[in-house]
Amino acid sequence: MTRASRGRAASAAASAAASAALVLALTGCAAAERDPAASVQNEPAGTAELEGQLTVFAAASLTGAFDELATRFEQLHPRLEVAPITYDGSSVLATQLIEGAQADVFASADERNLATVAAEGLIAGEAGVFAANVLEIAVQPGNPLGIESLDDLVETTASGAAPIVVTCAPEVPCGTASAALLDRGGVELAPASEEQNVGAVLSKVRAGEADAGLVYVTDVQAAGAEVEGVEIEGADAATNVYPIAALTGSANPEAAAAFVEFVRSPEGAEVLASFGFGAP
Amino acid sequence: MPIWLLVPAVLGGAVLVLPLAALLLRLDWAGVPAAMSSPAALQALSLSLITATVATLCCVLLGVPLAVVIARSTPAVAAVLRTLTTLPLVLPPLVGGIALLALLGRNGVLGDSLAVLGLRVPFTTAAVVIAQTFVALPFLVITVEGSLRSIGTRYESVAAGLGAGPFTVFRRITVPLVGPGLLAGTVLCFARALGEFGATALFAGNAPGVTRTMPLAIYTAFNGAGVSEDTAIALSLMLILVAVAVLLVMRAWREDATR
Repeated sequence: MTRASRGRAASAAASAAASAALVLALTGCAAAERDPAASVQNEPAGTAELEGQLTVFAAASLTGAFDELATRFEQLHPRLEVAPITYDGSSVLATQLIEGAQADVFASADERNLATVAAEGLIAGEAGVFAANVLEIAVQPGNPLGIESLDDLVETTASGAAPIVVTCAPEVPCGTASAALLDRGGVELAPASEEQNVGAVLSKVRAGEADAGLVYVTDVQAAGAEVEGVEIEGADAATNVYPIAALTGSANPEAAAAFVEFVRSPEGAEVLASFGFGAP
Repeated sequence: MPIWLLVPAVLGGAVLVLPLAALLLRLDWAGVPAAMSSPAALQALSLSLITATVATLCCVLLGVPLAVVIARSTPAVAAVLRTLTTLPLVLPPLVGGIALLALLGRNGVLGDSLAVLGLRVPFTTAAVVIAQTFVALPFLVITVEGSLRSIGTRYESVAAGLGAGPFTVFRRITVPLVGPGLLAGTVLCFARALGEFGATALFAGNAPGVTRTMPLAIYTAFNGAGVSEDTAIALSLMLILVAVAVLLVMRAWREDATR
C-alpha cells in the first residue's frame, strides 16, 4: 500500500510538474499582458536583485490591498514573480500551513492565528504588525431595514421577523471580533450562517441572501455601492491588528523578508490606507 | 397506477429539474464566452482537465487489476474486498480529505518518510490528483468488476486450455470483453474526479493556479475572493454539460450491455 501510494505520489508529482509548467505558461501569458510599467528607474538604490517566485498566504480581508502591494512589489523587482495570492480565513490558512502547505509569507488578520503557526516553529524571524481594522455592519444599499446598531440585528422588523444576519465563524479573526463586540453590547445574536472568511459574509449580503453581515470597514469600502456600512458604537474596542511574517519553509527567504519589509514600509502603509486600513 | 400518485411524482420531478432550470435562467448567456475566457476560469478549467485526466489514468492503471482480482476471488474474499473498495464511494469526501491528511500530511503517518525523500504532498497539484483518484477509483473498480463477473470465465478457460499464457489471456480475451464496461467506468470516474470538491478542499487547499479546480473556483466565487460570480455560473454550466455527456455515454453503454 505504501509503495502503491508512493508510486501514485510520484506519478502525481510528475503530473504536478506538467501542470505547473502549463500554469506557468498561462500566468506567463497573463504577465505579458500586464501593464509593463515595471521600470528599473523606480528601483531604490541598493536593492538586492531578487528573483524567482514568492507565495503569499493572506487573510481574506486583505484581498484588494495585497493584490496592489504584490503588483507594486513586482514592479520594484522585475525578476521576481509573486504567485497569485491565496486568500482565505486566517485560521483556514494557519491550518493549511501547519499541515504542510508551502508558502513564503503569512499575513494574518489577528495575532492568535499567527501565534498558532509560530508555535509549530514555522515563523522565520520576527512577526511585525502592519495594519488595523474595525468591524462595521454591512447592509443592503439604502439600508431598507433601518439597521442602526447591533441591537437592531435581533429586533423584529416591520415584516415581523428578525433580519437575516451572517457573521464570521468564531475561529476566524472577524468572528472573534464580532463575538467580542456582541458580548460587549449584550446582544444575543443567532447568525443564520457562520462563514469561514469575511469575503463569504460580504458576498451573502451583496447577493441579497442576508439582510446584514458583520464585516470590516475595508470590506464595505471595497464593495462600493453594492452594500452600505453602518458604524458600530465602540467598535474600536475590538480592533483587529494584522501581523505579517516570513515562514521558515520558504524557498526564497530573501524575497520573503523583502516583501514583509515592503508591506511595513511607508509605501505599503500608503497602499493599505487607500483601502481603508488603519495604522497598527 | 393510482391517479393521485401523479401529484407527488410531479413534485419530485420539480425538485430535480427546477433548480437547474433556474440556474440556466440566471445565466447571462451573452456574457458566457467572456466569463469562460476570463483568466480565473481558464486557469480553473485547465487545472481541472489536467488533474482529472491524470487521476482517471491512475484509476485505470490501479483499478482494472484490482477489479480483476476481486472478480476472480472466492466469494468471501471478494465480499471483503468489494466492501473496502466501495467505502470511499459512500463516505463523505471531506472524510476522505481528512484521511489523506492523516496518511500523507506533514504530521501524517507517512509524513516523516515523505519529508526524508524531499516530497511534500498536501496543498500541491499532486494532492489534487490523489484526492480525485481516491474518490473516483471505486466507480471504476465497481463498474469493471461487474462487467468481468457478467462475462464469466468460460472464454478465458478455453483460451488457457488452448495454451495461451495468463498475460495473453488477459490481453486478448479479458480486456476486449470488458471494453464497454471499462469505457463506462472510465467516463464515470472522470466525471467524479472533475466534480471532486470536499477531499480536495481539505487535502489540497484552494490556491489559484495550483489547486483551485473548477468546483473550488465556483465555491470561491460565492465567498467573494478572486473569482467573479459570472465565472462561477459559467463554470457550473460546463460541469452540467460534462455531466450530460457522461449520461449519454452511460446510456449508450447500457443499451450495448443489454442488447
